[in-house]
Amino acid sequence: MDLSFSDEQVLLRDSIHKYLNAKYDTAARMRIVASAEGYSRECWQEFAELGFLAAPFAEEYGGLGSGAVETMIIMEEYGRRLVVEPFVETVVLAGGLLRDLGSEDQRQAFLPRIIDGSDLWALAWAEAQGRHDLHDISLRAERDGNGYRLNGSKRVVVGAPWADRLIVSARTAGGQRDRRGISLFIVDKSQSGIDCRGYATVDGRRAAEIVFDDIAISRDALVGLEGEGLSGLERAVDNAIAALCAEAVGAMDELNRMTRDYARLRKQFGAPLAKFQVLQHRMVDMFIAYEQALSMTYLTTLALSGDARERAKAASSAKVQVGEAAKFVGQQAVQIHGGMGMSDELEVGRYFKRLTAINVQFGTPDHHLGRYLQVA
Amino acid sequence: MRPIITIDGVHEVNDVFLDDVRVPLENCIGEENRGWDYAKFLLGHERTSMAGTARSRRRLAQLKLIAANEVSSGRPLIEDDAFARQVARLEIELTALEITELRALSAASRGEQPGGQASLFKIKGTEIQQRLTELALEAVGNYALVNRPTLRHGDNHPLPKPEYSHIVTEEYLNARKKSIYGGSNEIQRNIIAKAILGL
Repeated sequence: MDLSFSDEQVLLRDSIHKYLNAKYDTAARMRIVASAEGYSRECWQEFAELGFLAAPFAEEYGGLGSGAVETMIIMEEYGRRLVVEPFVETVVLAGGLLRDLGSEDQRQAFLPRIIDGSDLWALAWAEAQGRHDLHDISLRAERDGNGYRLNGSKRVVVGAPWADRLIVSARTAGGQRDRRGISLFIVDKSQSGIDCRGYATVDGRRAAEIVFDDIAISRDALVGLEGEGLSGLERAVDNAIAALCAEAVGAMDELNRMTRDYARLRKQFGAPLAKFQVLQHRMVDMFIAYEQALSMTYLTTLALSGDARERAKAASSAKVQVGEAAKFVGQQAVQIHGGMGMSDELEVGRYFKRLTAINVQFGTPDHHLGRYLQVA
Repeated sequence: MRPIITIDGVHEVNDVFLDDVRVPLENCIGEENRGWDYAKFLLGHERTSMAGTARSRRRLAQLKLIAANEVSSGRPLIEDDAFARQVARLEIELTALEITELRALSAASRGEQPGGQASLFKIKGTEIQQRLTELALEAVGNYALVNRPTLRHGDNHPLPKPEYSHIVTEEYLNARKKSIYGGSNEIQRNIIAKAILGL
């Protein structure tokens, strides 16, 4: 099993690393998060110019034709600097759905605009009663002449306040928890009848509650086949899970490094914290948690192109393994920093909050332990 | 005084600087140079009170209420076996701590001073309080992502529902302080090792 990176992949990592070190330090990130928009259009354009947004798409649309490993590398580096821009929402989720399920017309219309940084997207999947289940959908899309009408609401749609377009999962047939009868639609966010109320999330991003009040959409807004959207949605979300796990791994590596540095510096009872065996063992466990999380992220990334069952099993394994590691590393990083760890002035808390949010997105470790048992 | 904002976005602690402050002699409590002895005695009581069992009882009831309202796989979350077991396990731990506390109170009523065992209350009490916030975070699902903004006078914008979810994440983040303050739980374990176990 060869788990080494190609020269091109090493170059990609270096170029992101260099860019973020120069343009996305702590002060820059804090300015971005505190700004009215809450993200940086300028950074997004530069991500496009550096080719990060082009990685997972075919060359005919302006892409680089790379795979899941490149996404993993990008996300790991984004995790190190807590990048807030909606790469997962736009490139991995919406871009991935259009790439894998979209018609040729849809690909030509939308992929180049994702790749060149023109459009931002969000995936509106969660509903109040649905918790982390992708198939628990009550938002209805009913046939109307040559198109559909959407009625219902979506909750905690991450990145929606920033998005130009949404992909919305809707029920075209069947009962609320049926796996069949789910369809995916492209919806222009500026369309009248859409009420999108944005708010800040704990990790310095934005999300929204969205109500669709009898909005009309044309038939060519349907992505994939009517009523058969769930398998594609599951695939896209597993891709996003792998990306979020890579992000968590990058964040954990930084958090572990910060914690070790602090423990070497800070003295208590006349000795550096790093000399106390109980804390040494804790930091060893944090290191082990990181290593195990990294392994599971590799496994999942490589499983994304395989069959659906193996892919689902790997993604849920990663959500459990990486999620529990993230919780442990995040909590203990705060603990070892002591009172300073509780202060918003240090970076530790921001990493802890992002890791906490990643654990919620697309299902908690507990939820995925249940899914693992179902698919394994 | 300089305000310190904590990771939950709240202002409850400060830096306090004393620059040549004059204090009258009669404000000195007890004897000079014996402050640490007095503090140690008081800290024993502080740690005992940190058990916080009554508050945890109330929080447990709130957690069950959230879990009864939240839906998982089409039924109330409280009926989800995996979740209900975690709540039950925590309830058992809390019951044990309440009885340990009653044993200590019974000893205190016989005139015995709280000693190293006060550290047990601090450790177990705060671990239970932290676990309660973890399970509440789990219970509210996607709404755990919502950040309650700092409200200013005249603010009038609705927060996403449900209402009980608004401060769940804030409380989870805030609760991390509990294993740090009042002598970190690592220090409390050192105290038990030395004072009770004679190690």
